[in-house]
Amino acid sequence: MKSKLEKLKGTCVGIAGCGGLGSNCAMALARAGVGRLVIADFDVVTAANLDRQYYFLDQVGRKKVEALAENLRRVNPDIVVEAHDLHLGPDEVVRVFRDCRVIVEAFDAADMKLMIIETVSEHFPDKFIVAGSGLAGYGGNNELRTRRLGSLFICGDEQSEVSDELPPLAPRVAAVAALQANQVLEIVLDDLEPARGEDVWDE
Amino acid sequence: MKITVNNNEVSMAGETLSVRELLNQMNFTFPLIVVKVNGHLVKKEEYERIFVGDGDNVEAIHLISGG
Repeated sequence: MKSKLEKLKGTCVGIAGCGGLGSNCAMALARAGVGRLVIADFDVVTAANLDRQYYFLDQVGRKKVEALAENLRRVNPDIVVEAHDLHLGPDEVVRVFRDCRVIVEAFDAADMKLMIIETVSEHFPDKFIVAGSGLAGYGGNNELRTRRLGSLFICGDEQSEVSDELPPLAPRVAAVAALQANQVLEIVLDDLEPARGEDVWDE
Repeated sequence: MKITVNNNEVSMAGETLSVRELLNQMNFTFPLIVVKVNGHLVKKEEYERIFVGDGDNVEAIHLISGG
């Protein structure tokens, strides 16, 4: 296992969005020993973000990518973090994540999730994308799952949509972020093939 | 025709259906869905012009906001 984990040092993973999913997933990957992370987000840290995102009160007002890069390096000083403070559209996705073996989709809005899935499928058929879908509220541990469609993995319950009645709460958001990070490790450590024809369904 | 939808075999009336018609009939209600037919991603603007027929393998997963 020790030699296997050495592989992580040479791995580059992209994190598209540094909110609840992205900040928690990036932190898990940094702790596991991934050598290089490419993180991208346009937003700044607010006090309201602290309910589930991996930032601290003294970072409120700072750019998320800068604050996250700092937190990742505090945990793992050897990690290389490439931080992009920008809005990700199709062109930026292609440019920013070119060197990444795996891209973690960590956006909030469903239309952005679809945008990056379509962009990566079209431009980078050899890359994996690990997306999150359905993480609002609390409870329902056993409804959280991962499904594979070729080079695309989707983690979450696939149904709980964020609303005023169903806010994103820290445990479930972090659980889905951890499922995403765990899937990244499996892709890298087990050398999964993106173009495998047969997909796996868990039911 | 018989097709496979999310690993379940289903029988549908007719010989072909557009992806849009199929999603409507299968009650995929959320506005954003990832759809693959025989492993190939179908973009949203292609739902009307890509058709599925007997033996095809369709996978569809809802994309839900929140992150």
